[in-house]
Amino acid sequence: MSLLNATGIVKDFQGHRALDHVTIEVPRGSIYGLLGPNGAGKTTLLRIINQITAPDEGAILFHDHPITPEDVSRIGYLPEERGLYKKMKVGEQALYLAQLKGLSRGEAMTRLKEWFHKFELYGWWNKKVEELSKGMQQKVQFITTVIHEPELLIFDEPFSGFDPINVNLLKEEILAFKEKGSTIIFSTHNMASVEELCDHITLINKAESILHGEINSIKERYKSNQYQILFEGNPKKIEEQLSSRFKILEISENGNGKQVILQIPEGDNSNRLIGELLPLVTIKSFQEILPSMNDIFIKVVNDAS
Amino acid sequence: MNKVPLIIQREYLTRVRKKSFIIMSILGPFIFAAYVLIPMALATMEDKEIRTVAVIDDSRMFTSYTAEGPASVIPDREYIKFKILQDMKVEDLQDHFEETGYYALLFIPENIFASETSIIYSTKQTSIDVTEYIERAIEKEMENLKLAKHEIENIDQILQEVKTDVRVRNIKWTKEGESQETNTGVVMGVGYLAGLMIFFFIFFFGSQVMRGVIEEKISRIIEIIVSSVKPFQLMMGKIIGVGLTGLTQFIIWIVFSLILIVGIKTVAFPELNQTPTEKAVASELFEEGGNIAENAGQITQEAAFAEDIFNSLGNIDLAVMIGSFLFFFLFGYLLYAAMFAVIGSAVDNETDTQQFMWPVMLPLILAIYVMISAMQNPDGPLPFWFSMIPFTSPVVMMVRIPFGVPWWEVIVSGVLLIITFIGMTWVAGKIYRTGILMYGKKTTYRELWKWLRY
Repeated sequence: MSLLNATGIVKDFQGHRALDHVTIEVPRGSIYGLLGPNGAGKTTLLRIINQITAPDEGAILFHDHPITPEDVSRIGYLPEERGLYKKMKVGEQALYLAQLKGLSRGEAMTRLKEWFHKFELYGWWNKKVEELSKGMQQKVQFITTVIHEPELLIFDEPFSGFDPINVNLLKEEILAFKEKGSTIIFSTHNMASVEELCDHITLINKAESILHGEINSIKERYKSNQYQILFEGNPKKIEEQLSSRFKILEISENGNGKQVILQIPEGDNSNRLIGELLPLVTIKSFQEILPSMNDIFIKVVNDAS
Repeated sequence: MNKVPLIIQREYLTRVRKKSFIIMSILGPFIFAAYVLIPMALATMEDKEIRTVAVIDDSRMFTSYTAEGPASVIPDREYIKFKILQDMKVEDLQDHFEETGYYALLFIPENIFASETSIIYSTKQTSIDVTEYIERAIEKEMENLKLAKHEIENIDQILQEVKTDVRVRNIKWTKEGESQETNTGVVMGVGYLAGLMIFFFIFFFGSQVMRGVIEEKISRIIEIIVSSVKPFQLMMGKIIGVGLTGLTQFIIWIVFSLILIVGIKTVAFPELNQTPTEKAVASELFEEGGNIAENAGQITQEAAFAEDIFNSLGNIDLAVMIGSFLFFFLFGYLLYAAMFAVIGSAVDNETDTQQFMWPVMLPLILAIYVMISAMQNPDGPLPFWFSMIPFTSPVVMMVRIPFGVPWWEVIVSGVLLIITFIGMTWVAGKIYRTGILMYGKKTTYRELWKWLRY
């Protein structure tokens, strides 16, 4: 069940290829991360999905039909280069943008008032945008992106330029929209937020999609069977007894106690390891070490080049 | 749903509510009215200071001896008086002229008939008005004296009878054989005004379109908007919105200016507003009174002149004039506004616009030059071709139309303009949609060409 399919998207700019047969499939109700280094082609892909630029090859399907200009009222887009008319009054501007998204004036007014109250902006309705702080302008931008309650929300680098308080607010709202059934695509190179929010990702590097899938399965794919054990007892015993069967990566002692990190060889499993450990030391905690998205990102990008 | 009306509405309302728009709307008519009225006021306003010119008349031909003593032959005028100084020399006054209080000293030498020269001495530069008056008075007096030498009988009466003032009327024969009174000056004026208005409108509001596009780029709202509407819709909405703003301003200006000019004229220059009865009376006086009413004669001439203007205005085909003015006004603006929008999309700030401005401005300025030559010779090859080329035709054709242009020329010029407008807007839309998303680097013409082909 996918809401949006982009298949075989190619986009050439004079002299260089910005997207080379990129395919993404965004499941309905998911949060989809578009990752990649700067200049990889993320923004171009998002612009194509938003019908701001046309692809040279490939097709965008929205609800399984080729996307049409009428669909923009079901999509909300917060671009990376974003701003507002500085000389225009805040409320009036929000009304204008909401109406451009297809809302009637009355409906837009009702919804905007709710949002403005929620974000503590109501007193600023008749102020000019240039009188607002950056943080408040960001809130207004967010409101105008979601005001028409679109099925598909697209954020390009949403957290860049936002202060930490607004970043949290934004994350909460993104999750709330997911709860309500919206599908969300966002591009970022902030890996912490990817891990926190995303269900699926596609990693684009140099115009090509080099990794995609569910975030958990990607982590599974890139894990190296490493385990971290906190224990009480003599570290020497572990070293003597286990080093022949498992690869010991690290034994250390710090304020939290003693810990060992080791790798299980292919074909072996963690129960075996626990069995071996039981007679030697007292286990306090036992945990598989999964690679962070950051590690995967760096590894995949480096391998690709 | 069509969003263009929404965009037009925003562009229009934000501009019309701007302080600068309101100020310009109020000040414009005053500036315009001042432009018309100040020369008028200056013409009627005379220097009210009474100036006395001392005269040393060595020729003795400019002095008449009356019971009250010697008087100047040169008649006094309202604000210029003449006083004959007898038995004085120029040198007597030279050192302390300022203390005497005279405005100037007129010296008429003994041999004035031979030399045909006299001299005005003064400490300050004498005004042209005074100098010309004295010159004419001396000339006239000398002519009279020369005539008198011939001893013709009734010379005064003959002179009065000989005096003539001729007015040349222009009458144009239409193809249908009708006669129409025209006044070349009026026809030129109407064309000039129409052409100039189109020029200013294009330039002023075209660059507002450009600034609007730059504003959207600088404030980074452009991508938010083009995710809701097509770039082409945004461009056209802006062009139409700004055009309507301009139209509103022009209408305000014209209406206010007319009110102001008519109002001030009625209050300050009542003599220019004679009723038809007054005119009739004046002309009757002139015909019956024969040698009396110099004054009335002058009024009749003024009245005839005014009538002439109205006749000429009436004989310019008003429907054709207004219709073609609106057409060339509209499409001229639309054609150039699209180009200005492209410039706006290609740059990041207003200072970078220079390199793209001149190719757009060049034909406009050329049009103004051709316009002036078209007023002399409206059917010459230069005005003809420039009224066909779409980039100059809105201005040049408007100058030619009051003189009468074959209808097929207007149609061809109009069709060419529409075709060019459509083509230019299509090209502009293509460059614009790429340009608005480009930031950072300076754009070159080669890049514009590339964007066109994306």
